[in-house]
Amino acid sequence: MNLINLFRKKGSAPVARDRLQILLAHERTSTGRSDLVDRLREEILEVIKKHVAVDSDKVRVKMERGEAVSTLDIDIEIPTAISGKPDLATAAAKLAEMARTPEKAKATDKKSAAA
Amino acid sequence: MAKVLVVTSGKGGVGKTTSTAALGAALAQRKQKVVVVDFDVGLRNLDLIMGAERRVVYDLIDVVQGEAKLAQALIRDKRLDNLSLLPASQTKDKDALTADGVAKVVGELREQFDWVICDSPAGIERGATLAMRHADVAVIVTNPEVSSVRDSDRIIGLLDSKTEKAEKGERIEKKLLLTRYDPARAARAEMLKIEDVLEILSIPLLGVIPESQEVLRASNLGTPVTLASPQSAPARAYAEAARRLGGETVTMSVISDKKSLFGRFFSRRAA
Ligand SMILES: Nc1ncnc2c1ncn2[C@@H]1O[C@H](COP(=O)(O)OP(=O)(O)O)[C@@H](O)[C@H]1O
Ligand SMILES: [Mg+2]
Repeated sequence: MNLINLFRKKGSAPVARDRLQILLAHERTSTGRSDLVDRLREEILEVIKKHVAVDSDKVRVKMERGEAVSTLDIDIEIPTAISGKPDLATAAAKLAEMARTPEKAKATDKKSAAA
Repeated sequence: MAKVLVVTSGKGGVGKTTSTAALGAALAQRKQKVVVVDFDVGLRNLDLIMGAERRVVYDLIDVVQGEAKLAQALIRDKRLDNLSLLPASQTKDKDALTADGVAKVVGELREQFDWVICDSPAGIERGATLAMRHADVAVIVTNPEVSSVRDSDRIIGLLDSKTEKAEKGERIEKKLLLTRYDPARAARAEMLKIEDVLEILSIPLLGVIPESQEVLRASNLGTPVTLASPQSAPARAYAEAARRLGGETVTMSVISDKKSLFGRFFSRRAA
């Protein structure tokens, strides 16, 4: 071993980290893993909560991947008693604004649609 | 309400079976009714790690195929009353494990236990997706090493798409269990740090299990490490992880039993 190598020998972990970050960023776009759906669910829940009390497991977000377009299916269950309140319209408008992603968004609100 | 937990990783040999046994025993010690289920058909090992290999009569596939009742296949742990094992088959064809059959067995287990812990086979094929299928919680076992981290990332993708919860548009809880961690090597930048792995995989941390000789000793004895040497670093780390699973907030720390050079020298002299 020469002197230069001896001094150059640093930890290899940073190299591992950088390689992984680059590789996984690439692999996630091709295999479709993204935390988009998780993030959307959380943010949607926050918006809804400002206006109506809703259970976290009553917000369902689903991504159907298609070849040309993907669809985003948002399904929110809200207690009927308050679903007539005008606040809901504000929440829905905010939602629609949020859903403006490259994917085609489709927001369904079963209860209010039925009402 | 019962929780179904899958212990998964993509890569083999990272510590899934060790973790299944240790977490199962730790939860059972906390008075929970626990069953550990071996999904590694053809390469079953959980029975051996649990020390129950000579008591296996029927297995998961027998139950799925209706050859045996669930009660006949369940093996009650000799040390902990409320811990049971459902072994995998060593010889039968993997294809005998059908989606419907697994759904039925997991449904029945949910009624009898507080925790159903599924030890996943390695890989991203059918065996691994069947093991995660009905999970409410996934523990992703990862070593601080490039191929393990990459495979964990693939598994997280599967958890978000191939599980029952994901298909219903619900959220599956995912937690990282970093195992075989060596704090000294991480400090010397020879090994990925906890923060590196967390940043890359971006899922919450369940615990950090240090690399330890106690794990091999426990497997030699056929006793989950949490029971074989409860005071050892990996046992304490698993016990804390089990408390977090139970909903407790336990401050995160890297438990290590590495003595300083002086300490080691001293204890050897003293022995
Ligand atoms: N924390 C640890 N320290 C040292 N060795 C470990 C640790 N965890 C697991 N091992 C060892 O790694 C090997 C693989 O573990 P195992 O649990 O069988 O992995 P898997 O089920 O993921 O294939 C075993 O020899 C086991 O003893
Ligand atoms: Mg295993």
